[in-house]
Amino acid sequence: MAEKLTLAEKLWRDHLVVKGEDGAPDLIYIDLHLIHEVTSPQAFDGLRLEGRDIRRRDLTIATEDHNTPTKDIHLPIAEPTSAKQVQALRDNTEEYGVRIHSLGDKNQGIVHVVGPQLGLTMPGITVVCGDSHTSTHGAFGALAMGIGTSEVEHVLATQTLPLAPFKTMAINVEGSLRPGVSAKDIILAIIAKIGTGGGQGYVLEYRGSAIRELSMEGRMTICNMSIEAGARAGMVAPDQITFDYLKGRPHAPEGKDWDEAMEYWKTLQTDEGAEFDKEIYIDADELDPFVTWGTNPGQGVSLLGEVPSPDSFDLASDQESAEKALQYMDLVPGTKMKDIRVDTVFLGSCTNSRIEDLRAAANLVKGKKLAEGLTMMVVPGSQKVRIEAESEGLDKIFKDFGAEWRFAGCSACLGMNPDKVGEFKRAASTSNRNFVGRQGKNARTHLVSPVVAAATAIRGTLSAPSDLED
Amino acid sequence: MEKISNFNGVGVPFRYSNVDTDQIIPAIYLKRIAKTGYEDGLFSTLRQDPDFVLNQPEYKNAQVLVAGSDFGTGSSREHAVWALRDYGFKAVFSPKFADIFRSNCGKQGVIAGVISNADTVKLWEKMESEPGIELEVDLPSQVVRCGELEINFDIDEYTKWRLSEGLDDIGITLQNEDKIEEFESRRAAWRPKTLPVKGD
Ligand code: SF4
Repeated sequence: MAEKLTLAEKLWRDHLVVKGEDGAPDLIYIDLHLIHEVTSPQAFDGLRLEGRDIRRRDLTIATEDHNTPTKDIHLPIAEPTSAKQVQALRDNTEEYGVRIHSLGDKNQGIVHVVGPQLGLTMPGITVVCGDSHTSTHGAFGALAMGIGTSEVEHVLATQTLPLAPFKTMAINVEGSLRPGVSAKDIILAIIAKIGTGGGQGYVLEYRGSAIRELSMEGRMTICNMSIEAGARAGMVAPDQITFDYLKGRPHAPEGKDWDEAMEYWKTLQTDEGAEFDKEIYIDADELDPFVTWGTNPGQGVSLLGEVPSPDSFDLASDQESAEKALQYMDLVPGTKMKDIRVDTVFLGSCTNSRIEDLRAAANLVKGKKLAEGLTMMVVPGSQKVRIEAESEGLDKIFKDFGAEWRFAGCSACLGMNPDKVGEFKRAASTSNRNFVGRQGKNARTHLVSPVVAAATAIRGTLSAPSDLED
Repeated sequence: MEKISNFNGVGVPFRYSNVDTDQIIPAIYLKRIAKTGYEDGLFSTLRQDPDFVLNQPEYKNAQVLVAGSDFGTGSSREHAVWALRDYGFKAVFSPKFADIFRSNCGKQGVIAGVISNADTVKLWEKMESEPGIELEVDLPSQVVRCGELEINFDIDEYTKWRLSEGLDDIGITLQNEDKIEEFESRRAAWRPKTLPVKGD
């Protein structure tokens, strides 16, 4: 009988070009290479220096996202470093004949929204991008990893990467989510449980009934944040939900290719009896909406809970980091999370800026008014999402509510463009990182789901959708 | 990358220990988008001092840096090696390198050779007694010669091989190009292609 393999191991096996000997890494073939303006300029320069060409421009695609403005996009980019990086991407892609979706283009947007939207991200493939949240694409049952700039150059030149082997971890999420609880809450709860380093060296496979019940958007939200648990990648085995999402997208296989692909895709499951190096269990029935109180994504609690006291942690290092985090966040232990007032709400980022995320938030704010003194920015993940949302009237709902409706990009997720959370301001943000200074100098971030973001925008304090029912 | 075997170059007595990558090139230079042209960033803080060794005319075309212990510590930025390379350095010697810096050197075609503390001091004294003296770096026999001095240096076999073959990571992978081609010939038709552009 054939060896029993996990899903990740199957993909590794099927992309192995050269088996590494004597401790050397394996050489793995890359099916899809996504590039953006921040991590690619030196890679192209390296190619130029060595007189090399791109091996497979037909497996490469570029989009502008990290630096691009989300308003007045017809004007030249004001910030010099941003303008330089975007221009470099345009010049490089032109010189090397790489497909690019520039600002203003329908398929421009956050690289991790664009790949799936075009149907390029599909089960059974390897995907890389010079960005840590490439793990997003694992939601399709792909092996998707973030890489550094020299690796970007390596993939451009060879369409392969030397990669060290990984360990596997199963994350079993059984049960059904209660109303108002969503994918974001699952992943925040997972990270709080295993810690920001808990996934180090592992490829995570999210399994169980609660995962199977999620839409592709929800699965992407979860896989997206695998990196925040330190993991190399995260994935979900493909099923009918995956196939339905993919079918008919511009680059999805068609006709006989589709049938052939389906035959293979149906084998993309962890074999019965295959062993993971580690397994953890989460009870979905018990989950509340989750929010972070600190300065890393693992510092989170139930929204029904309180700001923890540093003494409540066992390890001295955790106590110390909690203390520092509370100081930065300007929070007092024992404060009810729901009593925390915010200044601004950010709905966007590759974690939560897809159409389903916008719909869920719009559904709550419809006909209501933004709480006194708050600001809110809604940034669709791609131009296409923006257009789709507008066709459903979501832009109007957000604008009537009092939020700003923006063009697509990374925006305040990392504040490389002018969208930042103000100094010493507190944000409820649907993004993935609450690091010190991430959303702007001295900005205080609480990571939340789209519906918690919406409820918070209505009430002004961190709130669950259920708080809206009187 | 150029193949390295034997070369002669002006040596610099760099009497500093614990030189981290931020001293080699400050973070401000990381905003650039090119992979070359970092020579102006090399030791840019130290170079503000007119008495700094690299500001002396004798060391204008220096190619070999002899530094104190713990060279290249701190952040893993590849820019540190780019700055040295762009300035013209082909080899750095020190009693101890930070691991990542050392491996980055190998990838960028710069020799990072380990010599003893005593030999470091001997080289410094010799170079200071005859500023601008050339050193002969002999990679195949792992020896650096300076006047009557003949000093052995350490470098791991793999890095030595790739430097003498002039192979960067990509070059090494491309040695398996036939296997990549073979893999591609079996790649199923349903797998994604970004070109031709569809759907817009
Ligand atoms: S939205 Fe944020 S996390 Fe996602 S790719 Fe952009 S900057 Fe990175």
